[in-house]
Amino acid sequence: MRPVLDAQNLSKRFTIHQLDKHITGCTDVSIRIEPGEFVGITGRSGSGKSTVLKLIYRTYLPQEGTILYDSNEFGTVDLTSADEQTVIYLRHHEIGYVSQFLNVIPRTTAREIVETAILETGRDAEFARTETERILAHFELDRELWDSYPNNFSGGEKLRLNIARAMVKHPRLLLLDEPTASLDGRSKERVRLLIEQLKNEGTTMLGIFHDLEFMGGLCDKEYSMSLGSFTA
Amino acid sequence: MNKIVLQVKELGKRFGEGCPRCSGGDPTALERNYCPACGTVYALSDVSLDLFESEVLGIVGESGSGKSTVLNCLYFDLEPSGGEAFIAQYKNGNESIFSGSGQTRRYIRNHVFGKVYQNPVLGLKMKFSSLANIAEKMIAAGNRNVGAMENRARELLTHVSIPHHRMKEAPANFSGGMQQRVQIAKALSNNPPILLLDEVTTGLDLSVQARVLDLVKQIQRELSISMLLVSHDLGVVRMLADRTIVMLNGRVVERGLTDQILEDPQHPYTQELVYSLL
Repeated sequence: MRPVLDAQNLSKRFTIHQLDKHITGCTDVSIRIEPGEFVGITGRSGSGKSTVLKLIYRTYLPQEGTILYDSNEFGTVDLTSADEQTVIYLRHHEIGYVSQFLNVIPRTTAREIVETAILETGRDAEFARTETERILAHFELDRELWDSYPNNFSGGEKLRLNIARAMVKHPRLLLLDEPTASLDGRSKERVRLLIEQLKNEGTTMLGIFHDLEFMGGLCDKEYSMSLGSFTA
Repeated sequence: MNKIVLQVKELGKRFGEGCPRCSGGDPTALERNYCPACGTVYALSDVSLDLFESEVLGIVGESGSGKSTVLNCLYFDLEPSGGEAFIAQYKNGNESIFSGSGQTRRYIRNHVFGKVYQNPVLGLKMKFSSLANIAEKMIAAGNRNVGAMENRARELLTHVSIPHHRMKEAPANFSGGMQQRVQIAKALSNNPPILLLDEVTTGLDLSVQARVLDLVKQIQRELSISMLLVSHDLGVVRMLADRTIVMLNGRVVERGLTDQILEDPQHPYTQELVYSLL
C-alpha cells in the first residue's frame, strides 16, 4: 500500500525583510505516514514541530523538499507545488487540521461551525443538520452550547468543537497541532479518548505534542524534534 | 473541481500619455507608479488573475495601489489601457470583454456583474426609493413587468434586512450600513454570477460592518456567487476569502492562499501589511 504522506527533505526558512533577519523553521525533515497510522512528533517549543505541520497543510511553502500526498480524488499530489484550487479542495474534503486554538469565527454558533464544515464537502443541508447534532452529542458538548457563540466556551469545549469540525469531514489525513496543550487533566483525557476512537476507526493522523508520554500508548511511530530537525 | 468564471490577463490602466522613458514597462523608470519625466500615472500594470466558481478572491493593498481600478475596469467604469478579460458568458470566453461594443458591455454589466461601491452615492440614486433603485437595474436588464420587479425588489430588500415600511424610502435617508445593504440588494437583482465588492465595510462602525459581512457570507454560501473582494482590511479578507492577491503601486506583488499570505508573507510590503495587523 502507498503511504498517505511521504515528505522528503523539507527545509523552511523565514525571511523578515524589515529586520533583515532569517529564521530557520526546519531543516531536512523527512516523514512517512502509512494508512491508518498515528504518528507523533515531540519536541520543545520552538523546535519546528508546527512548521512541519503547516508545511503539510500548505500554510507555509518550503524552500526545499517535496510532500507527496496520496489523494482519493487526484492520486499522488505534491503539496508543495499543487495549484491552489487543488489545495482548497483537499482542505475541504481530505485533509483536516486541528489547532490548539479555535479560530473563532465572529457571530457563528457551534452548530453553524460544524454544519458549514459538512456543507463544504458537498453534502446537503438536511444531512448536515442531523449529522451536526449527532456529532455534537458524540463530542459531549452541552446541548445549551450548541446555539451559542464559542467566544466564551472553555478551552476544552473549544477544542472538542474544533476536533468535531475537522472530524465530520472524515478526513483521509488529520493534522493535530498540540490538541492537548493548555487543557486540564480531565479534558486531556477526553481528547485522548476521542483520538483513540478516531484511530480505531482507521483515521490516519499526524500529531504534535510537547509531552508525548500522554499520547505514548497510542502512537505507532514517534519522531522527536530539536533545532528544526528530527533527532534519531 | 471548480471552473474559472473570470480570467483577467495583463490588465493595464494608465493616466497620461506615457513617454519613451516610462512606456517600456520598466518599473525602475517610475517613482512608485508615477513617471517623473512626463507625469503619467500607471494605475495598473500587468495585473492577471483567475476567479473560480463560487470562490471569494480577496484583493488587498494600501490606498492608491490599484485595487479599485481593477474593479472599475471590469465594470466598464474605466477604459483599460491594455490587457484582456474573459468570461464564459461572452463568446464562450474566446474574446476579451473589452473588445465588445457598447451594447455587449451593457449586457455584461447588467447580467454578469453586480457591483457594490465603497461610496453608496456611486451605486445608488440617492433620491429615488430603494425599490426604484433595484427596479432600475432590472429595467436595464430588459425587465418590463412592474409587478414582478416590485416583488423581486421586496424579496431582496427583505433578504438584506431593510424593514418593510422603509422600502419606499430614498436611500438618502438611510444610515451608511443600510445604504450598503440596499446596494448589495441592487447588485444581486439580476442573479449575477460575479459580484464585485469594493471596500463594502469601510467606514461603517463595527456592529454594522459585522451585519454587512454576515450578509456577504450568507449570499456566498446560499447562492454560490463568485466574488472579487477589494479591501484594505486583512480581517475582512481572512474571514471571507480562500485566496488573496496583494497589490502595490498598480502591480500584483504576491498571491496565495489567504492563510499563507497572512502567516507566511514573502514580499516586504505584504510583511509590513501583516505585521501592522492588530
